[in-house]
Amino acid sequence: MKASRRDFIKISSLGMGGALVSGALFNFTKGSILSDTFQASDSFTRTPTYCEVCFWKCAGWVYKNDQGDIWKIIGNDDDPHCNGRFCPRGTGGVGMYYDEDRLKTPLIRREIGGKQVYEEATWEEALDHIALNLKKVIDKHGPECMALFTHGSGGKFFGDFLKALGSNNITAPSFAQCRGPREVAFLATFGEIISSPERIDIRDTRCLVLIGSHLGENMHNGQVQEMSDAIDKGASIITVDPRYSTAASKSNFWMPIKPATDMALLLAWMNVIINEGWYDKEYVEKYTYGFEQLKAHVQSFTPEWAYGITSLEPEQIRATAKEMADAAPAVIIHPGRHVTWYGDDTQRLRAVAILNALLGSWGRRGGYYNPEKIALPSWPHPPYPEPKRTWRDANPGKYNLAIEVVSNGVCDATIPSPDRDCNFKAWIVNGTNLITTLPDQKKTLEAIQNLEFMVVIDTMPMEITGYADVALPECTYLERYDYARNSEHREPNIALRMPATEPKYNTKPDWWIVKQLAKRMGVEDYFSWNDIEELLDWQFRQVGTSLEEMKRIGVKKFPRKYDDLYFHEGQDVYFNTNTGKIELYSTDLLAEGFDPMPVYTAHEEPPNGFYRLNYGRAPMHTFSRTSNNPLLHDLMDENNLWVNPRVGREWGLHNGQEVWLENQDGALSTFPVKVRLTERIRFDSVYMVHGFGHNNKQLTRTHGRGASDTEMITNVKTDPIMGGTGMRSNFVTFRVENPHKEEVTS
Amino acid sequence: MRYAMAIDTKKCVGCSDCVVACQTENNVPVGYCRDWIVEVTDGTYPQLELEIRSERCNHCDNSPCVRCCPTGASHYDEGGIVLVDHDMCIGCAACIASCPYDARFTHPDGYVDKCTFCFHRVKKGQQPACVEVCPTKCMYFGDLDDPDSEVSVMLKKRKYKTLVPEAGTKPQVYYLI
Repeated sequence: MKASRRDFIKISSLGMGGALVSGALFNFTKGSILSDTFQASDSFTRTPTYCEVCFWKCAGWVYKNDQGDIWKIIGNDDDPHCNGRFCPRGTGGVGMYYDEDRLKTPLIRREIGGKQVYEEATWEEALDHIALNLKKVIDKHGPECMALFTHGSGGKFFGDFLKALGSNNITAPSFAQCRGPREVAFLATFGEIISSPERIDIRDTRCLVLIGSHLGENMHNGQVQEMSDAIDKGASIITVDPRYSTAASKSNFWMPIKPATDMALLLAWMNVIINEGWYDKEYVEKYTYGFEQLKAHVQSFTPEWAYGITSLEPEQIRATAKEMADAAPAVIIHPGRHVTWYGDDTQRLRAVAILNALLGSWGRRGGYYNPEKIALPSWPHPPYPEPKRTWRDANPGKYNLAIEVVSNGVCDATIPSPDRDCNFKAWIVNGTNLITTLPDQKKTLEAIQNLEFMVVIDTMPMEITGYADVALPECTYLERYDYARNSEHREPNIALRMPATEPKYNTKPDWWIVKQLAKRMGVEDYFSWNDIEELLDWQFRQVGTSLEEMKRIGVKKFPRKYDDLYFHEGQDVYFNTNTGKIELYSTDLLAEGFDPMPVYTAHEEPPNGFYRLNYGRAPMHTFSRTSNNPLLHDLMDENNLWVNPRVGREWGLHNGQEVWLENQDGALSTFPVKVRLTERIRFDSVYMVHGFGHNNKQLTRTHGRGASDTEMITNVKTDPIMGGTGMRSNFVTFRVENPHKEEVTS
Repeated sequence: MRYAMAIDTKKCVGCSDCVVACQTENNVPVGYCRDWIVEVTDGTYPQLELEIRSERCNHCDNSPCVRCCPTGASHYDEGGIVLVDHDMCIGCAACIASCPYDARFTHPDGYVDKCTFCFHRVKKGQQPACVEVCPTKCMYFGDLDDPDSEVSVMLKKRKYKTLVPEAGTKPQVYYLI
């Protein structure tokens, strides 16, 4: 058997400094993270931060007690992302700092006695080792063979580093594994993307339509707050979901659609809205291109036609279309966020965009507003070298409409293939656990085996760290500075993150790591600031504030430069599309050889005895990154498998019973998951929360708790338009006996 | 003065932020909680209803826990808030058995613990931590004796219920339905 070049190494396998370095663990059985004298004193110090537990990046204040320990984090009242109220993950962010399983010191992969192990290293040694190996890769293959995978604020420094070295292969799974299709679809339609936080005016909407979007279970803070405000104001909510989600339970209309048929519903809605004359005629006339083609196109997509596909009553389809039209233009057909489902996702999101255009909600109060941000200048640096090749050259002819680097495209192009002249040779991975982020784990692991060098920078021993050549422990967001958050919102605003305390263990902030690496790689000119305080202060002074002021206020709002939050009555608007109009008929898609208007495609159905695997979020967890956080783990310590009681009876399953999952390709879940029999799920699908079933034992709290949905996602439907990985054509069945037990009969 | 809380079940999404905010604010040991989420599903697919409630001590007007406490540790404090004096508590757990809401637990340090309506904050004119943090703003806290307080206004405006009213405890946490 060929030995693997890169065995998975448990972080603790050698010299186990990891665990031993930690002197000052707090005692969980006794409880107190914090000193219990807090009530005695009002002399708390507070420092500003913005949250790093998810991508919403709410700004808040970190409070310490009079022992100097981090006590709690409270939202900043001036922050439009959170309005002074953090979500459970942000509130529980304290646990990230106190988690005793954190990466504690740099680790270098060594081969000792034929066994691959991690050796603890000083920062000096680790950084020298990285610089030496990256130089080797660059000398042999060129800088373009390096790629950065990142999710989070610290990644920006690594991005600058990569660009300085001559590579622009900087990718985040948040594009091709998440919101990419909607950005490409809205760009093709309105000439602008949705971005984050979403530019939707839920606060003032009269009708919010959620298609598989489970607001409230996904705690996209500002949106959940505004949904609550909208409920207060009597807005109507329409939820399309095969599962009775929390949002569905708050809705005036719940449409329990057959999974994978959303496109048929969207087309039927267009049919009704156009044929009944319920669209915004003046808006469509003035601003859109291709209405007549669209009208002809949707004629056959009647509610009766959709009924046979979606199982939704034609009357409900008509009634909900009327509900939207009555609310227009204060209506939002929500663009969703994680929308990589079936491989025709850009087209489905095009249908969403078109519906919004028909109802005239783009650019209108209660629909989609026009966000604004300030220009925060970058620290002056020499021009970046022009890369000779990009990720696109490694994926010739593919995903031409992708507007960001496609992470699965980089992963694919790391596996050698005769039809490609170059492969990626080195990865830098920061704050994203690619093992659970990218679907098709086998492929991810194959790509990793083909790398010459991989560095992982993380706060926790996530699975990906076990495959690294060097694992670097970054300190948590509570212990570091980062670039300021510069957000696009109704009002432009910036937020400061500063350390509330010294880094625990032997951990370092990303800005420091990058500056050290830059020096070793000869690109220090790009990072000519002395330290991050100098960098931030300089940036702040360019926009009329200072680090000193930002430390005091945390968030600074700026007046809008332009009075264009919404369109003005009768205003002429130029849209950034080929026709200068909102394109109901997409000239861009046509030019690339795709359908200029969305069509319905039937997707794969579960084989007999299998159920479509749907997955989603829980409000107290982010991806797979929080399940070991002591506070958040305490709120939800495992996922379970939602099964309709009818299905449960057929299989003789009972509540709480552990089952292993097997998918259509024979993939087995490593761990069992507990069955939750609930009427809240359709009979043809099952549901689980993403991010559990960790198999790294160093995540002591969460290891083996619940099952991993990613393990079951082996059938990936790639969106040909932008490379998104459709993950919802996977089907699972139940194994009540442990399939991993070895049984030998002789 | 009569402190009370009203919680809007139409807005609560059950995110548990109130739980973790209470834990950090009040230094509640990991593994314990003073407030918690209950989800009640009714019906069969697709005719369903879901009620989500953030629950805690009801600070009852007629509290069985105060009545049965042998040492007087459990007592009514300002505004009717029910508190446990940790130093007087002998951990006998009679109150735990008497509470129809299962709102009390024995702290690892030996005394009985539960929600205090964040008395230490309320005294300073602040809101309880759970109310202050709630992203859906579904919780209202204040003085029922003041007709203009948010909680009084909400109870006038909306239909509401209390939990286990048949126990006769006169609970002071109201659920807007």
